[in-house]
Amino acid sequence: MEGRFPGRALPYALLLPSIAVIAVFLFVPAIEALRLSLFEVAPFTGRGTFVGLANFRELVGSGIYRHSLSVTLLFAVGVVALGLAGSLAVAVLASLRLPGVGVYRTVLLWPYALSPAVAGTIWALLFDPSTGPMTVLLRAVTGLSPNWMMDGTYALGVTVVAAAWKMLGFNIVFFLAGLQAVPQELQEAARVDGAGGVRVFWRITFPILSPVTFFLFVMNSLYAFFEVFGLIDVMTQGGPGGATDILVYRLYQDAFISARWGIASAQSILLFAMVGVLMLIQFRLAGRRVVYA
Amino acid sequence: MRRRRRGATLLAHVLLAAATLVVVFPMLYAVQVSTLEFQDVFVFPPKLLPGTAFADNLRRAWEKVHLGRLLANSAGIAVVVALGKIVLSVMAAFALTYFRDFPGKTLLFVAILATHMLPLPVRIVPTFQLMNDFGWVNSYRALTVPFFASATGTLLFRQFFLTIPPALSEAARVDGAGPLRFLVRILLPLSLNNLAALFLVEFLYMWNEYLWPLIVTTSDEMRVVQIGIKMLVATDAQAEWNLIMAGVVAAMVPPLLVLLALQRSFVRSIALGQEK
Repeated sequence: MEGRFPGRALPYALLLPSIAVIAVFLFVPAIEALRLSLFEVAPFTGRGTFVGLANFRELVGSGIYRHSLSVTLLFAVGVVALGLAGSLAVAVLASLRLPGVGVYRTVLLWPYALSPAVAGTIWALLFDPSTGPMTVLLRAVTGLSPNWMMDGTYALGVTVVAAAWKMLGFNIVFFLAGLQAVPQELQEAARVDGAGGVRVFWRITFPILSPVTFFLFVMNSLYAFFEVFGLIDVMTQGGPGGATDILVYRLYQDAFISARWGIASAQSILLFAMVGVLMLIQFRLAGRRVVYA
Repeated sequence: MRRRRRGATLLAHVLLAAATLVVVFPMLYAVQVSTLEFQDVFVFPPKLLPGTAFADNLRRAWEKVHLGRLLANSAGIAVVVALGKIVLSVMAAFALTYFRDFPGKTLLFVAILATHMLPLPVRIVPTFQLMNDFGWVNSYRALTVPFFASATGTLLFRQFFLTIPPALSEAARVDGAGPLRFLVRILLPLSLNNLAALFLVEFLYMWNEYLWPLIVTTSDEMRVVQIGIKMLVATDAQAEWNLIMAGVVAAMVPPLLVLLALQRSFVRSIALGQEK
């Protein structure tokens, strides 16, 4: 017990503010969401009729909801794959000991400061159907000039690019820290044994990096599921034709546009189950605890 | 051999410069368009040199959506939430690491960590209902108080406190210093790096929050700058990109300045986290 203070009431007093905020604004509403999910609720009065699992049955049977789920999965896979691959490639370059590399490392973090809504707005400009630079580039390379405001598949691609770009700064800084923690001797020993750079990377660096990769996999998945509402709202509002109608956007529509609180709460509970799966993956796979979880 | 080495370095430099340019190009282009006149946005080929209309665009965006008020709201709630999260999580982490075991300690720690499983969408309707019941809709309380607890912060400070040699608090205790005195006089000055890193993370988080302000504010005076961007985008049939980008620049410069000021602490605290 060296270095610990006696005191019975003080630790509780110090924990009280955090626990109070968590209880009132997180735990109680979460439990209430579970209750509401079993009701058909009249908005604002909160009065409702118990309907059992009818809300869940309706969601499972709903083509719109199932479509939204598959859009979300596609979106998340795209954001995670593009975001992690892109940032790992850049981080590997930025981890080299080059003169002046500090400047690059500083600049590469910048997208981290931007919101999904700002990122979405900028990418909407870049893909502007008439003269956006990306549209011009695509037209030059492929000869096609699709309009993402009308073409659903293209719209999903554009939102994926915008959302993945916004996470680059965050991902790069974690990959960089991970890469710099890889023991140099190990890589050099492999080099001496005649392994090429690519081989050293996949056989030695990448496995050592795996806790960081798992951590970023979970963070980027959570981001793709829960944090991109602003990006979708600014860019597509779920359109065209529901092509970017991710689950959080659907939830917002049902909760605050259609005011169907029971069915919206059932969606919340399903989202909670998805968070649970992601957290489970993190605890199972990530050996080391990383901060900023 | 040496020549090959130098060639490789040059190649790495070129690749890195190209990658960095790709990463920051969207931001640079946003700034570029914010300086153009409306008719210059849509010319082909696109103008690549800055124009002179930035001040005018910003003024018009400013008037259109009351950008000044929105920026002040965003700054206010981001600072208050960041400080609130820091204070509460330092207190919680201190209670969890520097006292003899007390009943319920593990349970309370787990409760704080469990908040990671409850992002806003998972409890959105009842939390909104709560704001209604409290009469907090369209208030700064709604935009700040529900965010005050921080699992990230509590975990960060707890991990950091555990790395500090117990001899330090033991010495303070023997000298007759109480726990709070030890916290304020000794522990916090040692934690400056983590304090700065957490401030950065939470300031950015709150500055960039979109969904919650969208549902708990309805009046123009209570809106935040993220919603202002949407208001600029949504106003016209033909997007006035120069005006919208002036708003985007206004929305991204403050968090970028905070990032630049605190980047070093942030990167250092990530590097320390990796070594454990």
